[in-house]
Amino acid sequence: MTTQNRRNFIKATSAVTGAAITGFPAIAKAMGQNNVVVIGGGYGGATAARYVMRWGGPKFRVSLIERNNEFVSCPLSNLILGGSKTLADITRSYDGLRKELVMTIHDEAVAIDPAAHVVKLAGGRSINYDRLVVSPGVELLWDQVAGMSSREAQAKILHAWKAGPQTVALRKQLEAMPDGGVFAISIPVAPYRCPPGPYERACQVAHYFKQHKPKSKVLILDANDKIVSKAALFEKAFKERFADIIEYRPNSKLMEVDAATNTAKLEFEEVKVDVLNVVPPQRAADIAKNAGLITANQKWCEVNWLSMESKAHNDIHVLGDATLSGPMMPKSGHMANQHGKLAAAAIVNLMNGKEPNPAPVVMNTCYSFVDNANVIHVSSVHQYNKEKKVVEPVQGAGGVSKEASELEGEYAFSWAKNIWTDMLGGS
Amino acid sequence: MRFPWFILVAGAMLCTTGQAAELSQGRYLASTCANCHGTDGHSVGSVASLAGQSSESILTKLAEYQDGKRPATIMHQIAKGYTEEQMKLIAEFFAAQK
Repeated sequence: MTTQNRRNFIKATSAVTGAAITGFPAIAKAMGQNNVVVIGGGYGGATAARYVMRWGGPKFRVSLIERNNEFVSCPLSNLILGGSKTLADITRSYDGLRKELVMTIHDEAVAIDPAAHVVKLAGGRSINYDRLVVSPGVELLWDQVAGMSSREAQAKILHAWKAGPQTVALRKQLEAMPDGGVFAISIPVAPYRCPPGPYERACQVAHYFKQHKPKSKVLILDANDKIVSKAALFEKAFKERFADIIEYRPNSKLMEVDAATNTAKLEFEEVKVDVLNVVPPQRAADIAKNAGLITANQKWCEVNWLSMESKAHNDIHVLGDATLSGPMMPKSGHMANQHGKLAAAAIVNLMNGKEPNPAPVVMNTCYSFVDNANVIHVSSVHQYNKEKKVVEPVQGAGGVSKEASELEGEYAFSWAKNIWTDMLGGS
Repeated sequence: MRFPWFILVAGAMLCTTGQAAELSQGRYLASTCANCHGTDGHSVGSVASLAGQSSESILTKLAEYQDGKRPATIMHQIAKGYTEEQMKLIAEFFAAQK
């Protein structure tokens, strides 16, 4: 390799610089490459990026736009609240994807021009695409909870529904709480990200209290009329493991918050607690909304289940929590990963001039920790129904754990290792 | 040696990601197992790798999971979600992985 060649090679393959970004589409074109851009490096987007490279090979150029420098997993993040894991345990690098020649661009996508096939970044640059994958996650709708629109209120009453600094801050609030205090979690009407997550969180906080603050209580204020996921198993865990700690209240929709006094105002009563954790109502993230990708209930993005292509715009595929979920399909990281592979396969086929796979399959497994070691799961397999044009759960397949067990705890940690590697490469 | 630089880039891609393998139905279906069993069946956790197991062995286990003959926490539920033909393609794919 000559010096000149080496320099160009490094320029084209190393972490992206401003000058190089604008050059990529041109480079891709010069090489006859298919130019795929992915917005969002979570469970859906990172998987799609990696699998387009794996299955498409050198004919494909993949750029991943992600605002965070590292990946932080929502699954397992409740264990930080329980005290058995740290943020470092659930944080992974994007280096593995870079090694597999996915171009990572750590910036925020702020607008999509579907007609021009261009994504605009907060940093001011624009990126062209042939096909775009939008995997942006959810927007937290604070305007739907009175008293929560101010920055001050949001700094005090945490969601911790996107893992990272909020998770650590909520743990600190729990640590600072005196023994004998009350922690309350407010759950919005389904659908929301991670159906079993709030109940797992209640168990994790109760587990911490049981060890260190045994006079304290956990109050679950659920806007739904019953536990949304793994109901019988969570009820059993509340009763058998945390009978004196957890109180579950269904039909308890949060109407207003007084952040100054940690008061949750429900329809008929007010509850003042020591630590208030609000999981607010959600919809597909702003980038999807602003691009006109939201087509259902002003909340979610409808897709063609053969390709994950948006029903609103050609050449844009939407993944994960932002989609209008299929029947009985949870908004989970596992499912987003499966969406990513379905989309990657369709993108590779379509750009190679072939039809997408006519019979896609996706499946889901969600593990929940009822303490630091014992785990329960829910699983399902979803096959494409040609008449209804959706992927729907196979009757008789899937289900929940017989009981919480340490063996499933081991499988849950193994799941995390494997899915993180499956989406991010490396190991 | 004076190769145009983009050929070197393409070469590096081949080295890094391997040959772009044909995107068969078996390859796609097997990827739905990767969340727990690792990419292409190479597990990095305590759950078993499937890469390199014979297709007969994989199909026998799946049948036993479906029948409830094989103890399981979750595979008895998942095995019932795939058709015979799909399981055959998945098993053949994993058997062909090193």
